[in-house]
Amino acid sequence: MDLTLRVWRQKDGQSTGTLETYQISGIIPDMSFLEMLDVTNERLIEEGKDPIAFDHDCREGICGACSLVINGRAHGGFSGTTTCQLHMRKFNDGDTITVEPWRATAFPVLKDLVVDRTSFDRIIQAGGFISANTGGAPDGNAVPIPKPDADAAMDAAACIGCGACAASCPNGSAMLFVAAKVSHLAHLPQGMPERGQRVLSMVAKMDEEGFGNCTNHAECEAMCPKDISISHIAKMNREFIRATVRGE
Amino acid sequence: MGRFAKVLQSSIGAKVAMAVTGILLVLFIIAHMLGNLLMFAGPEATNAYAKGLKDLGALLWVARIGLLVVFLVHIGSALRLWRMNQAARPQAYAVSESTMVTYAGRSIVLTGLLVLAFAAYHLLHFTLFATNPEFAQLHDAQGRHDVYRMVILGFRNTAVSGVYLVSMILLGLHLSHGVTSLFQSLGINNPSYNPLIKRLGPWSGVLVAAGFMAIPLAVLAGVLK
Repeated sequence: MDLTLRVWRQKDGQSTGTLETYQISGIIPDMSFLEMLDVTNERLIEEGKDPIAFDHDCREGICGACSLVINGRAHGGFSGTTTCQLHMRKFNDGDTITVEPWRATAFPVLKDLVVDRTSFDRIIQAGGFISANTGGAPDGNAVPIPKPDADAAMDAAACIGCGACAASCPNGSAMLFVAAKVSHLAHLPQGMPERGQRVLSMVAKMDEEGFGNCTNHAECEAMCPKDISISHIAKMNREFIRATVRGE
Repeated sequence: MGRFAKVLQSSIGAKVAMAVTGILLVLFIIAHMLGNLLMFAGPEATNAYAKGLKDLGALLWVARIGLLVVFLVHIGSALRLWRMNQAARPQAYAVSESTMVTYAGRSIVLTGLLVLAFAAYHLLHFTLFATNPEFAQLHDAQGRHDVYRMVILGFRNTAVSGVYLVSMILLGLHLSHGVTSLFQSLGINNPSYNPLIKRLGPWSGVLVAAGFMAIPLAVLAGVLK
């Protein structure tokens, strides 16, 4: 496959970046999108140029390290697919592909396509701990959890914290991410002792980090590589209202 | 009061406030629309209803001030949330392709502000008579303010009717996204009701716009005279 790549190049956080165009040939359709970038980088290095910086780690869709807005869609916008699992056969020979970093105030660009996502870590930190008894390990099956709650918690826990929700939201809102984390623990007995304080602290931190807020377009849900439903945002809103009314 | 202000500071708190005030404003709009439709029942029904409202006296002022507070909380929260959202995404994508964003959803702040501007004009027109001082002199046989006559005369002006018709389309667009959204903001999201909630916004927008637009259209068509 022969492709024209338009890639965001930015030296560092202080510089202003620009879209650079690269012609790349000999791409095999079975390559992943990241392998295509690897090939591009090898050629750039051979030409003595600076390779394109991008985030990646597990390359099997579970770590949340890869990002990239591809042709205006986070992770390329294919259902349940991270960029590392996106294959070049989804594109056509001769295509022009535009690759940009996540864009949000709370995700400043560090270099090229790499953004600083530690704002998510700080939101998780604000969520705090869960109380756990010391002593002998409890029987894993001793605490009954209704099947629908276990399923909802598991669906929320599928969030890999990649940031596609905030990147695709027109408002730069991270509510799908925060909601997944809040909803995950709010569905389980283990999350009950700190239930109210957790949602209030995480929402306050989310606002403080400079993320936007939800206007119910559901663009995040459509772009989420883990298919997290915006029903979790409703759950977070319920948790917020409950904690506020109880004066926590 | 301090606690209320603190909740409004939070993004979700402000969204809940918008949903609650939104419900109150929708109820007001529906009541207003049903009152307007009395035009089709004739001058007697319309003028008696208008006099009934005026005779509420102190209660009318409680309602007006309450409505003003609800409006201010709704608009104030909207503008604060909008500013947060603008600040959260200062740099646009070179290629932007959203799959879910609707026209009504994207333009909800704009349609809200345009409806606000319309509301100001509407008060100057039919409540304070600033644009048409002669409306204050209209009285029917029983000596009541002749609201029926005023509406007919007001809407015979095509430019004025045009402003009202366009404004009601904007209000309908605003409701079509807003009414569906308020459920999510209040945490109401359940697979059994979601199809209904999804339809409630567009339907309420269409019904409210149609109800309000029926009157200027009927006047222009000569059905009401």
